[in-house]
Amino acid sequence: MADFKFPPFYNYPPYFTLQPVKDTREKQVQLWKELILDYCKTRNIFVIRPEEDFPLFSNPTIDRSLTHEARQVFLSALVSEGRAEWLDKGHKKCLVLWHRIQDWADILVQYVKENGLEDSVMTVEEIRSGPESRGTELHGMDRIILWRALKLLENKGKLAIFKGTSADDEGVKFSL
Amino acid sequence: MVTINMPEVELTPAGRPILLPTETECSLLSGVQLLCEDDDRLSHFSLHLDPGLLTLTTHRLILIPENSSTAAPSSTQSQHSSSTSRPCSIPLGSITQIFVLKKSIKAMFGSPRLRFQLSVDSEGRVGKTGRSVVVTAVMRGKGDVEAFVDKFRRTWEARVWERDPDGSAGGQGSGGSNSTGNHSVGDSVSGSGRGGFDSRGMRVVGVSGILRREQEIWENTDKNLQEAFQDLNALMSKAKEMVMLAEKMRLKLLSGQSQVSDEELGTKEEMQDWLLSVGVISPVTKESAGALYHQQLSRQLADFVRIPLDRAGGMINLIDMYCLFNRARGTELISPEDLLQACSLWEKFDVPVMLRKFDSGVMVIQNKAQRDEEVFSRIKSLVTRADTLRTGISASDAAITLGIAPALAKEHLLAAESQGLLCRDISPDGFRFYVNLFPEICIDDIHLVMDEGLYTAWIKSSSLSRLMGH
Repeated sequence: MADFKFPPFYNYPPYFTLQPVKDTREKQVQLWKELILDYCKTRNIFVIRPEEDFPLFSNPTIDRSLTHEARQVFLSALVSEGRAEWLDKGHKKCLVLWHRIQDWADILVQYVKENGLEDSVMTVEEIRSGPESRGTELHGMDRIILWRALKLLENKGKLAIFKGTSADDEGVKFSL
Repeated sequence: MVTINMPEVELTPAGRPILLPTETECSLLSGVQLLCEDDDRLSHFSLHLDPGLLTLTTHRLILIPENSSTAAPSSTQSQHSSSTSRPCSIPLGSITQIFVLKKSIKAMFGSPRLRFQLSVDSEGRVGKTGRSVVVTAVMRGKGDVEAFVDKFRRTWEARVWERDPDGSAGGQGSGGSNSTGNHSVGDSVSGSGRGGFDSRGMRVVGVSGILRREQEIWENTDKNLQEAFQDLNALMSKAKEMVMLAEKMRLKLLSGQSQVSDEELGTKEEMQDWLLSVGVISPVTKESAGALYHQQLSRQLADFVRIPLDRAGGMINLIDMYCLFNRARGTELISPEDLLQACSLWEKFDVPVMLRKFDSGVMVIQNKAQRDEEVFSRIKSLVTRADTLRTGISASDAAITLGIAPALAKEHLLAAESQGLLCRDISPDGFRFYVNLFPEICIDDIHLVMDEGLYTAWIKSSSLSRLMGH
């Protein structure tokens, strides 16, 4: 994955302080939402833990970092837009959806078609880490997101999920 | 028929009469009308003044018609000619008799009437000798008439104006005696333009009063010293006092209060001059103004604040003003509530200053002429310089540039922030403000940089400093 290029305003100190004035705050939140999605997509990051160190939230060049309040505000803004989800009630883990679930499902269908996997059976784990998916966005993707995308396709009747003996070997049969 | 011609009085911008150097206010009564009811003398003289605020001072009776003052609650009797609605005065020295306030049954239902006798010349000029007329003051207001009349009589009997060194104020022959008979009398009051704040002349109250008392004490001390050295016997008799004096001086020297060197003496003089220049000679008090206290205090304050306000750059903290005003009043201190009420009343008067409350709750007094836009444009030019674009500014930076107190500078910065001109940066280094670049940043392409604009200027400035190893 390519190195992430920070936008110029990343070195603008007020960018790291929650702005109290409504219009300014709205623009600031928008810019953070864009940057978080862009950064996570480039670095293939699916989960942000706001209470732990996260490189994007600290800029050593200007010696500024986001407060916990600011992190919560920006991530919650993503959540309210459907571009992220809190994985726990305490807001300690945030699942970032730089592709929406529907988009992930579309990518999955595309992948199945390109690889001639229609009507074939594979395990869920194979989709994430098998040799076929190498080099695609599916490779190494978050299990939770993959599961949601699979469920979405199952509801549309495009595949069937079989229960395996353990949680790891659930099988998928595509029927496109 | 001759119109009685009274000296005109000049008002301050806030609508208070400009007093003489040694004159102080004694009492006020609103809704007073002056009439001349000289029927028994075939009506030689006429006088018909609009009702207004009658101010009794140690030297004069000053009538400020309601529709001439800047307060201007519109008068119902404005049909009178304009010449009668100007503020004018009667020197107490020209009053020859004050009659007893009538206490008849009729007076219980009508307005109280006070009659007094005035000496005028044949052309009706007040203050000249020759003839006398009886003037009636009809008190239609709600004030304490008896208290006012009582004070009027006592002030008149005290004849303070006669003790005036220059003798110009209330005495006979004042009030435009040099005029040629037209309406431009009253030069003795306003001609000098000293506005009552002159540092010369005797003072009775306030800071100047204290200084004067101190002066007297020192004069006495000086006399003691001279007497003591006249002969040894006298010295013996004064020995005890001398020891006490020596002890007192020693203590003063030790505590560093006494100035010895010429230079320090100069400083003390400057200090005194300064105190005198801000002294309020005739402070409005609850006793003198009664029900009109806050209204008059408000006007006096409006006049007083102009000089400190100019020095402070057009805006001053209410608390600072409270201290300055009370120091100038010397002994007649006012409470914070009184000050606040006086400031709140400015809305009703046409005065050039106003009370302003910032969102943070900080209250200031500012010139009405001072516009926020003007301050904002100065702030903007301050934060868009090549160096401040990159580093931002603190409240104290702004205070230095704008020439105002840091606390007020911060209020201005916060106001500019709420207008979207600035945004904040809070870090361990402190609280700083930057020019607001957010509106210029493109949301659809966060890497996009336009060819020009503040955002571009900022990028250039900050990348340049990083190249130079910052």
